[in-house]
Amino acid sequence: MFRYLLKRLAEVIPTLIGITLISFALIRLIPGDPVLLMIGERGASPEVLAEMRSAYGLDKPLPVQYGVFVGNALKGDLGTSITSSRPVSEEFSERFTATLELGVVALILAILIGLPLGVLAAVKRNSLFDYSLMTTSLIGYSMPIFWWGLILILIFSVQLGWTPVAGRMDVMYDVPHWTGFYLLDVWKSTEAWPAFKSAVSHLILPAIALGTIPLATIARMTRSSMLEVLGEDYMRTARAKGLSRTRVIFLHGLRNALVPVITVIGLMAGTIVTGAVLTETIFSWPGIGLWLVDSVRQRDYPVIQSGILLIATIIIVVNLLVDLAYAWANPRLRGK
Amino acid sequence: MAVQAVNTPPLPPTTEAQAATGFKAELKEFWYFFSQNRGAVGGLVIVALFVLVAILAPLLAPYDPTLIHEGVFTQGPAWSMGGSMKHIFGTDDVGRDVFSRLIYGARISMGVGFMVVVFSLSIGTLLGLLAGYVGGWVDTVVMRAMDILMALPSILLAIVVVTILGQNLVNAVIAVGIVVIPGFVRLVRAQVMIEKNRQYVVASGSFGAGPFRQVFVNILPNCMAPVIVQGTLGFSDGILNVAALGFLGLGAKPPTAEWGTMLSDARAFIESAPWLVTLPGLCILIVVLGFNLLGDGLRDALDPRLKK
Amino acid sequence: MRQNFMKLALIPALGLLATAAFSQQAQAAKTFVYCSEASPKTFNPQLGTDGATFNASSRPVYNRLVDFERGTTKVIPSLAEKWDVSKDGKTITFHLRKNVQFHTTPYFTPTRPFNADDVLFTFNRMLKADHPYNKVSGGVYEYFTSMDMNKLIKSIDKVDDHTVKFVLTRAEAPIIANMAMDFASILSAEYGDQLLKAKKQEMMDIQPVGTGPFVWKSYRKDSEIRYEANPTYFEGKSPLDRLVFAITKDPNVRIQKLKRGECHFVAEPPPTDLKALRADSKITVMEQEGLNVAYLGINVTKPPFDKLEVRKALAHALNRQSYIDAIYLGNAVVAKNPIPPTMWSYNEKTVDDDFDIAKSKQLLTKAGFPNGFQTTLWYMPVSRPYNPNGKKMGEMMQADLAKVGIKADLQTFDWGAYLDKARAGQHQLIMMGWTGDNGDPDNFLSVLLSCEAAKNGSNYSRWCYQPFEKLIDQAKVGSDQKARTKLYQEAQIVFKSQAPWVTLAHSKAFRAMTKNVQGYKMSPLGTDAFYGVDLK
Repeated sequence: MFRYLLKRLAEVIPTLIGITLISFALIRLIPGDPVLLMIGERGASPEVLAEMRSAYGLDKPLPVQYGVFVGNALKGDLGTSITSSRPVSEEFSERFTATLELGVVALILAILIGLPLGVLAAVKRNSLFDYSLMTTSLIGYSMPIFWWGLILILIFSVQLGWTPVAGRMDVMYDVPHWTGFYLLDVWKSTEAWPAFKSAVSHLILPAIALGTIPLATIARMTRSSMLEVLGEDYMRTARAKGLSRTRVIFLHGLRNALVPVITVIGLMAGTIVTGAVLTETIFSWPGIGLWLVDSVRQRDYPVIQSGILLIATIIIVVNLLVDLAYAWANPRLRGK
Repeated sequence: MAVQAVNTPPLPPTTEAQAATGFKAELKEFWYFFSQNRGAVGGLVIVALFVLVAILAPLLAPYDPTLIHEGVFTQGPAWSMGGSMKHIFGTDDVGRDVFSRLIYGARISMGVGFMVVVFSLSIGTLLGLLAGYVGGWVDTVVMRAMDILMALPSILLAIVVVTILGQNLVNAVIAVGIVVIPGFVRLVRAQVMIEKNRQYVVASGSFGAGPFRQVFVNILPNCMAPVIVQGTLGFSDGILNVAALGFLGLGAKPPTAEWGTMLSDARAFIESAPWLVTLPGLCILIVVLGFNLLGDGLRDALDPRLKK
Repeated sequence: MRQNFMKLALIPALGLLATAAFSQQAQAAKTFVYCSEASPKTFNPQLGTDGATFNASSRPVYNRLVDFERGTTKVIPSLAEKWDVSKDGKTITFHLRKNVQFHTTPYFTPTRPFNADDVLFTFNRMLKADHPYNKVSGGVYEYFTSMDMNKLIKSIDKVDDHTVKFVLTRAEAPIIANMAMDFASILSAEYGDQLLKAKKQEMMDIQPVGTGPFVWKSYRKDSEIRYEANPTYFEGKSPLDRLVFAITKDPNVRIQKLKRGECHFVAEPPPTDLKALRADSKITVMEQEGLNVAYLGINVTKPPFDKLEVRKALAHALNRQSYIDAIYLGNAVVAKNPIPPTMWSYNEKTVDDDFDIAKSKQLLTKAGFPNGFQTTLWYMPVSRPYNPNGKKMGEMMQADLAKVGIKADLQTFDWGAYLDKARAGQHQLIMMGWTGDNGDPDNFLSVLLSCEAAKNGSNYSRWCYQPFEKLIDQAKVGSDQKARTKLYQEAQIVFKSQAPWVTLAHSKAFRAMTKNVQGYKMSPLGTDAFYGVDLK
């Protein structure tokens, strides 16, 4: 187990180095730089441009810039955003908590709904319920979420007027900064309950949009995993021992069926980030996805290179944890 | 050639006739399992329908998709107030027929899906074969590169690639193709690792089969089943991601009728002309659903473990 | 049962919260919410380059020596009560207002009122390389430099606590108007000293202290900015108690928020929404002639566009009125001059190139292209007040040009790449535009059409034409407005005869607000200021 861990960690290092190189190089291959964007249509004399570029360290040769980036990153300094003059780490934590809040709520929704539906479909295999659920889940799985988000807005915000169209919170409520999760921070506000309601109503549609594909995946995965478990011998034994059907299913069946489901959920980190880019664009959710897309448009080099590095690290770590958990659960794999 | 001559006889120990009947039988068996699966057949029908629409677009579409009809901006569909049978799905903000654009959009999307799959499948399969068969440091390098690609948020990578290459459909295909490659590489590599230790491959090698023959004649055909499945699913990924890029304003050049781009242009009219938002998205959903159903059906029919 | 119990327990709790919320709101009084388009890049207008930054910094927080009168480009006294210009035009003396207080905030408490030291501090930071603040926060004063102020100002002298003398290297007419621009906002020297001692100079540009009508309170990037009314503002406390900028980048979302009452005010609603907004009984739409121009730049260095006939043929081929109808939905006028009609020296007599396909074809034949040619047309990837939908305009132009045999391939890049490639002159035909900074014609004609700008890139036609150049140079140094007007009018005729652009449109500017917003005045310069606004 320990050797396996070491081996996997050793693999992570070149990957991370590669990521720093790629994120650094790719963004600089795009024509146009942050200075030009600041000036816009106006244009400026070459001297002013040169002066502005040197102010942001963009006049140094690229290998030097890369060296500075990696060197500072190793020291824990992720640089300063060109567009806001704030430390990237500060911006990241602000944005990341927003995405995390959205992602976690979306996943909770997906699990709370997907898991029981999957179990039920497995138990009632080949029934009408099973078929319709499987069809619906495949539709959910095929959903272009950028469209789905718009449809949700069209129905619930524009037509019914139940939810706000976008954003994270009504600005009338001045929520103090505490954890970065608005659902928690509102309780420190003077108008806790209305602020909480505002936060929930802003969160619900994006969470549904983002949660749809995970929900469909979880439902399908639970069903097939449950079907496999239901066919196992120990299930029959348990039934024979006289335990009730429900008890058998939930106590013995589900517990064993959960292992692959949890793996799938763990591997969703990447999906969530990609989904977040689109969801946040549609709902103007001030999270990591929107932050990175905006930064690409504005050529905010420090934000992009450090932001991608952080996101990639998180995805790698989550995947590693899932792998480790999996290896731990299946000793046979450890040798490989 | 000489190598081949030496190698023809031994393995697998079937005559050509047997192989043919074997293949036929396999195909028959495959079709049996496939046609049992209603979803899969449904998927096939959907896909076939859209392929047909794509091919016959000029015959089916009432108008040129880029033709601007003066004076009929954002006209509602035929069944709505102010709609007319001349434009059954209405017109967009520039006055173009939405129905014709949707039909031509099928052409774009199917083409895009196809190109993404060809691009990523060919590169992915080659890299997978290389990594799996050669192993050693080649394997390490390829797999680390794939790890890097997979750790980068895919849509962001696609956005950056399109922004570098310039905004048009071909570049969108390349960007999305790059993002999809790792799936193929990992899949093929895993298959190769299994196959290359099979008896017939080892035996063939001991009879002096060169690496080229080993890889492309002995191993590759036996990896094809999962690759075909992944390829089918790659269609839906490709269509979805190119549409997403279009939605973010990084897709086809105007005035090309591409569904994602149409959706993006229609965002401003979500209240005043909701059909402009609804219809292109619905098309994307149905096509993607079709390929997913088809892919699932193929997997079930090709995967021997599930044939119980 | 248990559920019911929970519900029962919640009711009194809810009631308590509701009353708490109510009393809170009664206290909160007037909060004005502005759905703004973008995050500011800094809170120091000296460093700013964009409207979002100025709206969030110079307008609410600061004042200048002189200001533009609300709703006009007329220069009026502000922190300077009056000023004298010497006979040779090279010395300007400002007499400063007395007893103006800087903001008191949790991070700074002023001990003295505004005086000449603050003016010196402000301008020397931008002017002098050895000023302790010169290099802070990047140290690039783009507007200051591009207005040529660094070369224009020889020295700034304190005569006494309330008198400051600007000595110039040459006489230049637009300088007083420049002093009303955002970059000339007056910072607090005392705050500067305090931060310098604490070695936190960069905070000057992050947590602003000014003399303006609103006191900065907090900022969350891409989310919100909060201000409170300055109780001791020298022109009287703002009727609004709080000002909140809800940063909402998506234009569709801004409109939807306005309709739902989530904000009181939006700038530049897309023309496509105007009809619905005007029909909405809860919303007021204000409009004004914009100080802008949209144009099709023709790269005169790229054949066949070096031929005057070809450029004129383009002008005759484009049905510009149809763009006004379809894209601006009538909220613009076809442009014939490079400067807008509201600007002084606008030449009414310029003869426009009318939409005439036959004439266009004839010109093309004369130039040697009877069957047209192939070219590329770059359309804007972003929406600007002067051009709300570049893509749609591109599609319409493409159709128009096809009618005279010109096959235009539409191209775009993201905004950064677009500017970069345009600056390098890689384009043939390019959509562009401009919104004025200070109401002076020089700000259009020099910035966009001078030979200097052809080198620097903002003359996207790369058109350097000596007769034109001579006229605008001469107009720049004169201080007699009549003489300047004449020169500029002549320049417009020269411009038209050479057709380096197809002048497309001067769009109207719009602001939409809820009905209870009162007293707002639109600035022709496109910035938004909320002093003097009230909620009824």
